Amino acid sequence: MSSSVYLIEGARTPILKARGKAGPFASADLATLAGRHLMMKTNIQTSDIDETILGCVMPSEREANIGRIASLRIGVPESVPAWTVQRNCASGMQAVDCAMNRIQLGHSDIVLAGGSEAMSRAPIMFSDKYVVFLGRLMAAKTPVAKLKVISSFRPSLLAPVFALEHGLTDPVVSLNMGQTAEQIAERFGITRSQMDEWAVRSHLRAAEAFEAGVFEDEVVPVIDGSGKLYDRDDGVRSDSNVEKLSTLKPVFEKPYGKVTAANSSQISDGAAWVLLASESAVEKHNLKPIAKITDVRWAGLDPAEMGLGPAHSIAKLLKANDLSMGDIDYWEINEAFAAQVLACVEAMASDDYCRKQIGVDAALGNLPIDRLNIHGGAVACGHPVGMSGARIILHMARTLHLQNAQRGVASLCIGGGQGGAALIERM
Amino acid sequence: MSLDNLQNWHIQPGEEYTKLILDKADSGVNVLDRNTLTELEQIVDHFENEPPKALMIASAKSAGFLAGADISEFQDLKTHDQVIVMLQRGQNLFLRVERLKCPTVALIHGHCLGGGMELALACDYRVAESSRDCKLGLPEVKLGIHPAYGGAIRLPRLIDPGQALQLMLAGRMVDGKAAKRLGMADIAVHSRYFEEAGAALLKKGKRKQKRDFKQNLYALPPVRTLVGSMAAKQVAKKASKEHYPAPYRIIDFWKENPGGHESAYRAEAESVAKLFAGANSARAIENLVRVFLLDKKLKSEGKKAKFEGTHVHVVGAGVMGGDIAAWCALSGLRVTLQDSKPEFIAPAIKRAHKLFKRKLKATHLVNAAMDRLIPDPQALGVPQADLIIEAITERLDAKKGLYANLEPRMKPGAILATNTSSLPLEQLSEGLARPERLVGIHFFNPVALMQLVEVVRGQNTSDEVVNLALGVVTRIGKLPLEVKSSPGFLVNRVLMAYLGEAMKLYQEGVQPELIDELAVKLGMPMGPIELSDTVGLDICQAVAEEMISAFGGDSSDVLTIHIEKGNLGRKSGQGFYTWKKGKAIKQKASRGSNDTREISDRMLYMMLNESVQCLAENVVTNSDSLDMGMIFGTGFPPFLGGPIQYMRSQTKDVCANRLAELESSLGDRFTAKPGWDSLHL
Repeated sequence: MSSSVYLIEGARTPILKARGKAGPFASADLATLAGRHLMMKTNIQTSDIDETILGCVMPSEREANIGRIASLRIGVPESVPAWTVQRNCASGMQAVDCAMNRIQLGHSDIVLAGGSEAMSRAPIMFSDKYVVFLGRLMAAKTPVAKLKVISSFRPSLLAPVFALEHGLTDPVVSLNMGQTAEQIAERFGITRSQMDEWAVRSHLRAAEAFEAGVFEDEVVPVIDGSGKLYDRDDGVRSDSNVEKLSTLKPVFEKPYGKVTAANSSQISDGAAWVLLASESAVEKHNLKPIAKITDVRWAGLDPAEMGLGPAHSIAKLLKANDLSMGDIDYWEINEAFAAQVLACVEAMASDDYCRKQIGVDAALGNLPIDRLNIHGGAVACGHPVGMSGARIILHMARTLHLQNAQRGVASLCIGGGQGGAALIERM
Repeated sequence: MSLDNLQNWHIQPGEEYTKLILDKADSGVNVLDRNTLTELEQIVDHFENEPPKALMIASAKSAGFLAGADISEFQDLKTHDQVIVMLQRGQNLFLRVERLKCPTVALIHGHCLGGGMELALACDYRVAESSRDCKLGLPEVKLGIHPAYGGAIRLPRLIDPGQALQLMLAGRMVDGKAAKRLGMADIAVHSRYFEEAGAALLKKGKRKQKRDFKQNLYALPPVRTLVGSMAAKQVAKKASKEHYPAPYRIIDFWKENPGGHESAYRAEAESVAKLFAGANSARAIENLVRVFLLDKKLKSEGKKAKFEGTHVHVVGAGVMGGDIAAWCALSGLRVTLQDSKPEFIAPAIKRAHKLFKRKLKATHLVNAAMDRLIPDPQALGVPQADLIIEAITERLDAKKGLYANLEPRMKPGAILATNTSSLPLEQLSEGLARPERLVGIHFFNPVALMQLVEVVRGQNTSDEVVNLALGVVTRIGKLPLEVKSSPGFLVNRVLMAYLGEAMKLYQEGVQPELIDELAVKLGMPMGPIELSDTVGLDICQAVAEEMISAFGGDSSDVLTIHIEKGNLGRKSGQGFYTWKKGKAIKQKASRGSNDTREISDRMLYMMLNESVQCLAENVVTNSDSLDMGMIFGTGFPPFLGGPIQYMRSQTKDVCANRLAELESSLGDRFTAKPGWDSLHL
């Protein structure tokens, strides 16, 4: 088995909820804000970095190879290569996995890896029909021909196309992510009130954790050009309660569905980085890693049930490392949907599901709920898709320290029908 | 004629065109001194006899095309005839360049100013570098004169005459792209395309003069009169005709000489010769030229030790600390800005963003500057910083506590600087392991506008650290002035004497508008009452009290009364004046029965007297530095040359007598300070 890779330090921006308009920072801005702070926290110099890898699902049209943009803006030298990876909701975890591989291969000793997303800035596009109309208009040479084209104009042509809506829809099975959550909720009998209760739990735990200073070493306060300070995840609501949540209408399968805006993760903006190092770099620079990342595993499944991806990838991870669920002290399963997290817990405890769908001999086991997402999750703080994978790895490393525990798993589901899971051990 | 021995020009003959390259011997920049002109005359002689197919004029210096006339030669110009001879020589030479049979083009990178711009204007075409570093303009007005090698004729002929007038009046420089937009350049391209662009223009042959709509419009006498008088009104707000006639002369010349006839050249030379001849205008030229040369000298002080650092850590994100941090980031340094809570840093980031947008414009540059400015509530930047600037509250214990925290975490070679305006460095450095690395770097508010920065030497500060601090100030594009650690240093001390006298006048019942108007008439950029309101009355009082505790005197009740009512000046909307939208609401000034000469002399002589004492106490190293500090720190009228230079021009006796008169009528605050006896002007 390959050698472990050390997590030296990490930092992330607060997660900023999309509020119907472009957020204050572009994706590259967010990555820069978190990254430059991270580099101040450690005694590793930017010139010690061997490469930079950033996960991002939807960089703007001005952010081609956003990893390189962020790397340069953070102040990493021009001579250090930088690249961008995309595995949908797991892009940030993919960046960490790539960094591990590069270190294990011996190509790099110190890698800056992370994830970034500004979902509030996803573009609004013209429809295909309108593009065809414009093309015809430009091709028309004579005034008469132009008039003819213009006369075919219909206001409906101007109906906008939201890139984000498409991004959150699986084109192979033509289901949006919320619909996949409804499907697995039905499969495992997750009720509306279970979902809402989970959502409230997520908010309250996140709010408590912020009050208790859990995120102080993790979250960098950021200030925008208009002087507004953002010092915490602004989607978290300490006043969340089940009564209020139960009044919300379903958004994905109206009118009878169970998945609502409140029991789904929020659309938001944010970036997270970790600094990873080889064993020799740790010795050479006399580093004090906070954790080591032992392994990352990936699994695939039916895109229509993508939310169960964590169960599949966790099964692989445990098997590869010869561990059982009882060996894991804490769990982070990214809360794309409350229904989906609860369904994962059910799936892992189900002999039937584990045998037939995952292909193992028996159920993985019961996941102790009090060890899962103990500081809340994406339902409360938001799920900037490219960022989340890096965020949960970093937060698991911090959690193990805070809880004085040894071993944790961070896992997430991936649109398109995949799951990813990372095994993290405290140093 | 032999062209074999040219020192400053190279000629490169070519098939399609000949290149003439200016490369002034033994100099980093090109200036038009006598030798360079003489050689150009020889070259033009030669080209008149044997014209090349086409001619390209370029510079071999990386700094730029041609920075203008050799200003140090101005000081030799004594008589009207000398001036006329010198100007006509240049005019004739450039006329001959213009009339060469072959087409000509100037390839302009970097600076192209004054005489350099006038040479370029004498060419048929101009190619400018499309870079922000490319600066074209006719800034002669800043030296108290106006263009006189044909520039005042050719620029209005080439571009919109109204724009030309504005450019000459402000002495404004424009970059390559703006020059293209205005028509000063025919094309703006990267310097790698200079030859291609120049060759393409030369193919068009000699330039044909054509007048466009704007030029026809401005050819109408009523239009010129109207625009001229509007411009004069604008100028009057900034400088009086009596002290600073150059801009008025530009307007007159512009009004009277449309189209650029032969007679205009004589008039242009006469107009400038008259400026050299008039008592006040000649003094203005002399003083402005001196300021120009001293500015270079002070900047060279900052080059004794080069600040090689890249990271500045600023502690205190208030108005001063925040703006210092922003300015450093704007200047390309990486900056961490510390305050106890991020919410205290937020307003500084907002102001910085505004500054960056105004100065840098392009998004990628604004982003880069924002990326360099890092809020740092946890003080993570300290061990990485090459320079720490402390700008926290003016309390000795607070500062010393902070230093005790910072010093053990600092890099070995790093400098510790304080922006204190009142606490002695000797006390601040007590308890430091290395007191020699504490130095004062005292900025003025508003940081972005005030060019002067006092570098304060404490008794323990090492020479090396002082020199490095001067280097820092130069590195961020400001003007460093070394001062001794003593209360108020130079600028605040003299300024307070002046403001204090203005308060006295106010208390005696003189209308504030009149006080301000008389100060502006003296040449101050803003009157003292309006200045106090702008700075903030609370701040004025704090500085005043500090001066009183150091030097005695009595405090001003007016300030206390205003402050107790919460009237702090511009920032609170009410001070001596009522402020609306950042502007003071003023009545018309009326003299009443006041002796206006006495009022302005009272303000002026408070400054002179205090300056004399500062010089005697070695607050600054010499009288030139004192004058520069006063001009750039307090706005003392540059055309008067600074307090010491002013006394020099009036003679010591005249000043001493006037001071004695003021003393006898107003009391002992006008008693000559100890330095008068030993004062050598």
